Amino acid sequence: MARRTFDIRAQPGFGFMALLTFFALYLPIAALVAYSFNAAESLSRWDGLSLRWFASAWNNSTVQDAAIRSLVLAVWAATLATIVATMAALATTRTRPYPGLTFKYAFINQPLMVPEIVTAVALLIVFSRIKVWTGYSGMGYLILAHTAFCIPFAYLPIRGRLEDMDLTMERAAADLYATPWKTFRYVTLPLLRPAIIAGFMLAFVISLDDVVITEFVKSGGQDTLPTYMLGQLRRETSPEINAIATVFLALSVLLVTVFFFVNRRKT
Amino acid sequence: MASAEETARAADRKDIRERWLLSAPALAIIFVAAIGPLFVMLAYSFMMKGDYGDVKPWTFSLDGWTSVLFQRDIFDDTLGLADAHLTILWRSIRLSFYTTLLTLIFGFPTAYFISTRAPTTREIWVFLVTIPFWTNLLIRTFAMQQVIRNEGLVNTALIWLGVIERPLQIMNTDVAILLGMVYVYLPLMVLPLYASMEKLDFRLVEAGYDLYASRWQVLRRIIFPLVKPGVIAGSILVFIPSLGAYVIPRVLGGGKNMMLGNLIELQFGSGRNWPLGAAISITLMVLVMIALLFYVRNVSKSETGHG
Repeated sequence: MARRTFDIRAQPGFGFMALLTFFALYLPIAALVAYSFNAAESLSRWDGLSLRWFASAWNNSTVQDAAIRSLVLAVWAATLATIVATMAALATTRTRPYPGLTFKYAFINQPLMVPEIVTAVALLIVFSRIKVWTGYSGMGYLILAHTAFCIPFAYLPIRGRLEDMDLTMERAAADLYATPWKTFRYVTLPLLRPAIIAGFMLAFVISLDDVVITEFVKSGGQDTLPTYMLGQLRRETSPEINAIATVFLALSVLLVTVFFFVNRRKT
Repeated sequence: MASAEETARAADRKDIRERWLLSAPALAIIFVAAIGPLFVMLAYSFMMKGDYGDVKPWTFSLDGWTSVLFQRDIFDDTLGLADAHLTILWRSIRLSFYTTLLTLIFGFPTAYFISTRAPTTREIWVFLVTIPFWTNLLIRTFAMQQVIRNEGLVNTALIWLGVIERPLQIMNTDVAILLGMVYVYLPLMVLPLYASMEKLDFRLVEAGYDLYASRWQVLRRIIFPLVKPGVIAGSILVFIPSLGAYVIPRVLGGGKNMMLGNLIELQFGSGRNWPLGAAISITLMVLVMIALLFYVRNVSKSETGHG
């Protein structure tokens, strides 16, 4: 006599709400992607499938410039942030508490605590002055600002990995007469590599996605892809924006997927 | 003996010095491009505004701060409450609160659903939440616009079904901002909730049922208290960025329905009142700090409660 089992994990309606939530999470993205294949002149009509807006975005020199600028900026910021974050992580882990340690934690995580718009206008105030004083208005400001808010994102996975590592390996290397540099180069660094890659990728995505701080720090003609899109959204939008967004989206999904599988292999 | 102790202490000092040197570049960059400018902004909020934006350096004035809440009447020079600013402040707080509530209502069952799947499929569901989380915020806001604009998905569907004849005006309203924020910040609620539900001990749930508790009682008296740290963490993670939202109200709210972030931008743009903009920025930061303090206090309390 089979009795229906009582599932202690079930809660009425939760499954439905969850599926509704997943549907709601992906519906807007699906709509965005669908409209990028729209053949019509504007977003208010649907004229069938076409790749014309992808071609038009690809041939738009402003979009090309913005895309290249975004990538260059993200590479610079993520590289610099990862280097200094690795150093900072080495300096703040595997030690007894020392004076200033909590201060360093607070300092490094500060960019996460302050609303982006506040940091953005504060940077506008300072950098606009410096731009007048020095006459320099190049990419340096953007690289500096991006590096600063990327540091906590690069720092977190590296610090996490270091906290799981003890000093046994390094001590063994030192016992075998390795210099501190050699110990770092041939022992610590290889052990840290997955975390450094994870940190770099996080920083890269964060830099690539930023719109608020970039919008306030950039000088004329320094649009990145997100600020270009923000500017376009103010006007009557053509499906070209959808095409750009779709490509951007595909890139993000690709990065997240790679990140996901790299991290999973580790555990 | 004493010398051995001294050598140890000297080695300690050297270690600490090296650790400072090693962290110096990160600290310097954050100081120059994040913390330092905040102090400059604090100083700016106490200066007189310049005629074409910026400030008159080395002047002192409290005008920036008083005009956060008050405005001077142009005719009789008396101070009255600045209604426009209060409306925006109230809208920011209200919409952030609703956003937190709605993300919790949808996020809680979602996180529960994920945490009760088999371990292998669970990872896929988490991955499905993570993808929107790492997708550009601007793109997600824009995606929401595709759904709610006049010729968008919702209106097209409703007209096609014959429910309405003319499109509903959702864009450029508070509702549009709310929908956008719920959509964009939902993963920030689901992920911490999931993290605490994953550790949920279902033997306690079983014990509840053994003692004749109903499903609702189990949810309210057993599951909810156990995952409360996740609820608080998720709520804070949603509430704080909602309060400082800038892109979402700008894209979905149109020019009129501003939140604090847009009011700040306005003062640095066409408003040409930098001291006021700086004062509002600091106000926003203080609100965020209060929310964070609330979080720290509650989490430490609930942790000692379990401990």
